[in-house]
Amino acid sequence: MKASGKINRKANGTAPGGSHKRTLVWLQSGGCGGCTLSLICAEQPDFLTVLDLAGIQLLWHPALSEASGSEVRAILDSVRSGETPLDILCIEGSVVHGPNGSGRFHLQSGSGEPMKDVIAELCRLAGTVIAVGTCAAFGGVTAAGENHVEATGIAYSGSVAGGLFDPSFRGRSGLRVINISGCPVHPDWVIETLLQLSLGVFTEADLDSLGRPKFYAEHLVHHGCPRNEYYEYKASAEHLSNLGCLMENLGCMATQVHADCNIRLWNGDGSCTRGGYPCISCTEPGFENQTHPYLETPKLAGIPIGLPTDMPKAWFVALAALSKAATPHRVKANAIADYIITAPSAAKGKAPK
Amino acid sequence: MSRRIVGPFNRVEGDLEIKLEIEDETVKSAWVNSPLYRGFERILNGKDPRDALVYTPRICGICSVSQSMAAAEALAEAQGLAAPANGRLMQNIILATENVADHFTHFYLFFMPDFARPVYAGEPWFGDIAARFKAVEGTAAREILPARAAFLHIMGRLAGHWPHTLGLQPGGTTHAIDRAEQARVLAIVAAFRRFLETRTFGDALERVIALKSADELRDWALRPGPAASDFGQFLRLAEALSLDKLGRATDRFLSYGAYRQDGGHLFKRGVHAGGKNAALNVADISEDVGASWYARSGGPRHPSCGITVPNADASDAYSWCKAPRLAGHVVEVGALARQLIDGHPLLRDLVKASGGNVANRVIGRLIEIARVVLAIEDWTRLIVPREAFYIDAEMPAEAEGAGLIEAARGSLGHWLTIRKGRIQNYQIVAPTTWNFSPRDSAGVPGACEQALAGAPVRAGEKDPVAVQHIVRSFDPCMVCTVH
Repeated sequence: MKASGKINRKANGTAPGGSHKRTLVWLQSGGCGGCTLSLICAEQPDFLTVLDLAGIQLLWHPALSEASGSEVRAILDSVRSGETPLDILCIEGSVVHGPNGSGRFHLQSGSGEPMKDVIAELCRLAGTVIAVGTCAAFGGVTAAGENHVEATGIAYSGSVAGGLFDPSFRGRSGLRVINISGCPVHPDWVIETLLQLSLGVFTEADLDSLGRPKFYAEHLVHHGCPRNEYYEYKASAEHLSNLGCLMENLGCMATQVHADCNIRLWNGDGSCTRGGYPCISCTEPGFENQTHPYLETPKLAGIPIGLPTDMPKAWFVALAALSKAATPHRVKANAIADYIITAPSAAKGKAPK
Repeated sequence: MSRRIVGPFNRVEGDLEIKLEIEDETVKSAWVNSPLYRGFERILNGKDPRDALVYTPRICGICSVSQSMAAAEALAEAQGLAAPANGRLMQNIILATENVADHFTHFYLFFMPDFARPVYAGEPWFGDIAARFKAVEGTAAREILPARAAFLHIMGRLAGHWPHTLGLQPGGTTHAIDRAEQARVLAIVAAFRRFLETRTFGDALERVIALKSADELRDWALRPGPAASDFGQFLRLAEALSLDKLGRATDRFLSYGAYRQDGGHLFKRGVHAGGKNAALNVADISEDVGASWYARSGGPRHPSCGITVPNADASDAYSWCKAPRLAGHVVEVGALARQLIDGHPLLRDLVKASGGNVANRVIGRLIEIARVVLAIEDWTRLIVPREAFYIDAEMPAEAEGAGLIEAARGSLGHWLTIRKGRIQNYQIVAPTTWNFSPRDSAGVPGACEQALAGAPVRAGEKDPVAVQHIVRSFDPCMVCTVH
């Protein structure tokens, strides 16, 4: 279904300041709770202020709400009976189908119902379904290894469309499942999605081919990486804590991974590569089952296999050879040091003292 | 005799269900169930050992660095590696930051909101507590979220981000900081300390940690600064509700020792029972699956040779959690255990008087916040920029290792076996596995199960508020428990 802006506005309710508050239920299943913990790191403003601003009424959130036990069951029953309309459903963690499709690896506490059935029922009632984190989006780490717990995402299993639901699933608003992937999510990715929904401006066209909001998924983790100069010259780190590019030897996938981690930054001014760690592609489906150790770059004839997807390999090899030959001493020396040992020249043509 | 099931439990990390047997308005017996199984120990089988640093933090989003630290220590032992001084200091700072943030989040967001429930509306202290601590709406939540987020900038600065930080390694940490970053970290800590001294304690941290006895604590809490503080408010209601008589478990405590330094730990390793410390014998640890949904494995096993084979049809089972025991005994772990074993005089005095209980667990946690924030300052000053933060080493093809550390919630252990360069076995015993253990093969209930026996049930209560206090006093992390 194509969701026009007009239909979307109506389905999503009124704009902030209007009388109708959008209701939100947050459920956790086969995950670690890390996306919630990341979300409450939100700053300027904090998550609770965002909810006020977006006109969102938290019917229930497992980490934040007062309601417990029978009170929670009453809230969920009221949604399930249709008495309380549900505008936004956020699912954190993967859907656990095992063992043998029974869902018994995750029964909802207090009711004993398989959580996968509770999630499915609420998804069908929700205006918009948001899969928060890579587990809910694609299966994530809970689906790693042999996946003996039979974990999937809501709308995807790895990169294959179809998880708990088949690809035709739409929320009442007409939108497909919004996959805010990331392990964990950046708090701003969730907040900006909620704010856009509340403004009634978020449409299917704002999602990439995997259902991820384009506002963060149209960037690569490589963008804004402070190691870019090392990348330009293929001046590579030899081991962790070196300053050089982490792509050639240490498994960094930032040039292929969709996210704005090095533009938006985390917890003030961090990112994995700024912290000295290679990008492990946590926003991508299947990141949990790499065919190589995370800290190793798979190579063929000395050349990394996982090159940027939109660049001809021969060009990459040729350019890399050229740039390696032209690497300034400064860049080459610093790449294999833990801190800057050779500073840029103070002025053009003048050697550093 | 009536039975009831309490769940879903909120403001608890992960999934928890409790079955209660109630008689004469009192809980007679409790059965604690973790109803979610993800199977991390099986996920790790066959993986490159270094990949444990990617997977194990994702056991838990609230204590991911703790999982990371335990994995790094297990790998370091397998490699025969010791991090350089800077690396060790950075690991301590990063782990301590998470632990402090966890205690802080627990107090304000998870524990205190229960006292703002309507069930307490008639209490003289209710108005102030509800205005400050009511879930979502109270003034505390609005204040502490920015303070917490700003404090976690230490993670962004030192290790990239939080949770699921990847910067802790067997050989140290991946980012060498310079003098400017060292100064910045001190500034972040100073800002957080100011919040603690203004709002949480109403006094200097040095004066808080110097409190030596229950009497001193009572006098201190009457002074104007502390009296108006959040801790002061808690102490008043704890006295009014006799929280020191609620939720006593085994009074046998364990700590693996927290924050390695100079061959020892900042907080000592050991066992505490009967008012005395004793040495910990790691070989005494075992896991029993008598009441757990796992294939029976011929009696309790030491985690270094533990087995995890799920069986949803296992007879007499009611939880995905295994039952860890120390020399066959149930033990309690957490901040109270750590401070007690380390010999902090205030906690020693409080436990001597009333044992491990709801009030003392919370006081232990708050005293620990103050002590650890001061330690973060010290460690940061000790870093020597431009010296090594990390050393690299090969991973042996055949090796074993154990990583025994302290997470916010208590003792966390990883046991690793490497064969032919791959993980052959990986077993994890998390803090909440100890505290929220189900019964063992001998039918002995776990620590929280014992703590719940005797909890009062008010007339008409469906989800007894006393049960909520007891459960949350342990700050359970159920996703870690079963992993």
